[in-house]
Amino acid sequence: MDLSRRDFLKIAATAGGAAVATNSVVKTVLALGKRPVSLPQYIPTTCEMCFWRCGAIAKVVDGKVVKLDGNPIHPNSRGKLCARGHGGIGLLYDQDRLKTPLINTGAKAEGKFKKVSWDEALGYIADKMQKIKEKYGPESIALLTHGSISTYFIHLLQAFGSPNFAFPSFALCRGARDTAFEITFGEAVGNPERIDIQNSKVIVLIGSHLGENAHNSQCQEFAEAVGKGATVIVLDPRFSTAAGKAKYWLPIKPATDLAILLAWINIIINEGLYDKDYVARYTLGFNELAQAVKEYTPQWAEKETDIPATLIIETARVLGKNKPNVLIHPGRHTAWYSDNVQRQRAIAILVALLGAYGRPGGIYLSPKKKLEPVFLSEKDYPEHKPELNKGNYPFAGDEGLTHVIVKATLTEQPYPIKAWFITGTNIMKAMPNQKDTIKALEKLDLVVAVDIMPYDGVMLADVVLPECTYLERHDDFFVVKERALGVSLRQPVVQPMYETKPGWWIAKELGKRLGLEDYFPWNTLEEFLKTKAQIWGVDYSELVKKGYIEIPESSKPYLLPDENYKFKTPSGKIELYSQELKRHGFDPIPKYTKHEQPPEGWFRLIYGRAPVHTFSRTINNPSLWELMEENVAWINTKVAKKIGLNHGEYIVLVNQDGIKSNKVKAKVTERIRPDCIYLVHGFGSTSRFLRRAYLRGADDQQLITRYAVDPIAGTVGMRVNFVKITKEV
Amino acid sequence: MPKYVMVIDIERCIGCMACVIACKKENNVPEKHFRTRVVEEVRGEFPNLRMELRSELCNHCENAPCIDACPTRASHRAKDGTVQIDRKKCIGCKACILACPYDARYSHPEGFADKCSFCEHRLKEGKKPACVETCLGKSRIFGDLDNLSSEVVELLRRHDFSVRLEFAGTQPRVFYIKRSFTGGL
Repeated sequence: MDLSRRDFLKIAATAGGAAVATNSVVKTVLALGKRPVSLPQYIPTTCEMCFWRCGAIAKVVDGKVVKLDGNPIHPNSRGKLCARGHGGIGLLYDQDRLKTPLINTGAKAEGKFKKVSWDEALGYIADKMQKIKEKYGPESIALLTHGSISTYFIHLLQAFGSPNFAFPSFALCRGARDTAFEITFGEAVGNPERIDIQNSKVIVLIGSHLGENAHNSQCQEFAEAVGKGATVIVLDPRFSTAAGKAKYWLPIKPATDLAILLAWINIIINEGLYDKDYVARYTLGFNELAQAVKEYTPQWAEKETDIPATLIIETARVLGKNKPNVLIHPGRHTAWYSDNVQRQRAIAILVALLGAYGRPGGIYLSPKKKLEPVFLSEKDYPEHKPELNKGNYPFAGDEGLTHVIVKATLTEQPYPIKAWFITGTNIMKAMPNQKDTIKALEKLDLVVAVDIMPYDGVMLADVVLPECTYLERHDDFFVVKERALGVSLRQPVVQPMYETKPGWWIAKELGKRLGLEDYFPWNTLEEFLKTKAQIWGVDYSELVKKGYIEIPESSKPYLLPDENYKFKTPSGKIELYSQELKRHGFDPIPKYTKHEQPPEGWFRLIYGRAPVHTFSRTINNPSLWELMEENVAWINTKVAKKIGLNHGEYIVLVNQDGIKSNKVKAKVTERIRPDCIYLVHGFGSTSRFLRRAYLRGADDQQLITRYAVDPIAGTVGMRVNFVKITKEV
Repeated sequence: MPKYVMVIDIERCIGCMACVIACKKENNVPEKHFRTRVVEEVRGEFPNLRMELRSELCNHCENAPCIDACPTRASHRAKDGTVQIDRKKCIGCKACILACPYDARYSHPEGFADKCSFCEHRLKEGKKPACVETCLGKSRIFGDLDNLSSEVVELLRRHDFSVRLEFAGTQPRVFYIKRSFTGGL
């Protein structure tokens, strides 16, 4: 429902500039002999149940959050929240939350904790950090991080003298996609992706399972397009929710997606179905591309992919006929195989051939205005040794590579890593090869984890610091780059519970103990936010009331007819043929790579999302847990019949290295190919501190002992593990 | 008086479950119980498959077996035509739960029968039911069947629709519209 303007003003008036609701307004009607009635307060903030960061409005009664709703004026939520967004209350009131700072008194990673004060915990960490700095240099302290807290800890580490941070979200998630689009168009597709899905006539999803991933505004637009009769083409070994909406479900053999993409490019060029004016005006390297893809015929692709050539041709013609209003979804989690960047390059090239970049229904352009960065402090960071967090991967992003940090810790090359900070990420579930992670942890002099819940990765630390939830804190502004540019505020809707503290406070207090107070020249984060808003010319008090402010006249989604647009590539054109890749010794146009397929009796392990969970971060959330307490292993009906397996029966999966999963129920279904098994990611927690989630379901990451690395950007391939089914649970 | 109905556009449901949990929070539904659900139904054999994701809830039937079964008139028809439960009158006998052909009711741990109320309390404030407000796919549409310019009337005019278990003769007020589509290869 859209709140009317008047309703919204009423809400704003109740929120009344007071950012923190400590007491709700009580209207006494004793004269009528009734009990006092508490009036709810409605406070806007920014959700962090996932990375989509929707605008949320909290309904607070008597200091308790009773409901969360989507903020109608925020472009990522549009008045709606997903299941997890509504379930934010479950996180806030989860009894298993981290409540006080903890120090491990047992052996490394033993998890024998004693409760300590903040002063003791921070003093302990600062002392260890100084010792490590004296002996090995400040660069030997690394940071693995995700989410809003990253801002403060990257700042702290850089102020201390270490450039070595890494976000799992790059190498293990969307890095390949971003790199490929930067190489081709000079710019990544953004977060949320700049896709104009509501205006698409054809939507191609390559493993993207919209609906199951519950990316709020994108799902809203997807349903809108489906409602308007868009043709959906889904390439997925699994009949996903989105496949259920598709005219064409192409149940492709895993690891062969690039074959179909190259065949499509070939057909579209061959049959003259590409946008000739667009290609001539905006792109470079068309002739080289046409030459290079000649060998990728539909008949060849059929053998690789199991998809009939006739269907490959038919779908290519659907794309060509509907250009440019075609969305080839660039995907998000693209950490699949050793050729991630090249596969994503093929997607980018296809987008360009169809003239769909900067056109309705394709990929819209970035907002035309910018907000200049305002840093937590103006003070320069100290000089340091060259960073090691990008390894030898020429196209690795600035977010760093987690596996390089792990390797450097194990090998001490090019220099030793002696401490890890782990903030806002569960390293046991985010990173493959858990054995290496544990071995690396054992080598460290100091491991500090800052998080909200006692996840398995968190409880391996020497010191655990409890952060408060997003509903209890301020965070740095979120710059929203939707069609228009905007600013979204996170503000506390209730006071922090227990001994928990906001991430910014933890970084600042630790900074103080390290003699870095000059890097935090403000008393509270809100003080900094007010200054920042002033620099940007944004009215802070309005932001407090509304939660989101759009920057006027910042939207320019489409190219104008015949516009002389300059892309941010070295040539200023869309690079179908990449000079940059060539210069670094890589294929300038994607070539097909054949990947190993599972031997007889083995299945490829594939994994994905469920709409009610955000990886391992929500599996203990009481509101969400009851909707999905554990994951299930999807197994094709014929396979199950052959081995006498019943739906709902518990099984164990064993991978090629003999690693056994926790027991997991079989979902016997027609909805998956016979050569793979699918698990929803994030389950099978080994943290006994998560009383609901402990040992519920199977952990896909535990079975991902092997991973491929893409030589271009260092992104990881995690769909390279094979499993067998055993009934010995 | 309005005649409240819900229209469910099956094809627009993306199975996100936002409705299920928004309903739970809005109505403080106890653990392990739900007032609404999303059912997945798959037909065919790999790779020729079709799937339907179907939201189910109380149908607020015109001819409601739960009202007939209730010995205390706790289950009753409200002025706006919706079927409601007066908790004070409910003796927890569960006759209505058995009488409902849609499995839409449950026994509340505090001893009364409970079910979807179409968010009666929100309707009074001029809001839509919580599940409708948060439905990402706009698959759930709510409105007044007597208002000829309402979206529900428009949708029922333009599309084929059905109700659940029509043969039960309950005359539901939750309508399912379906567009023609072919899933699979």
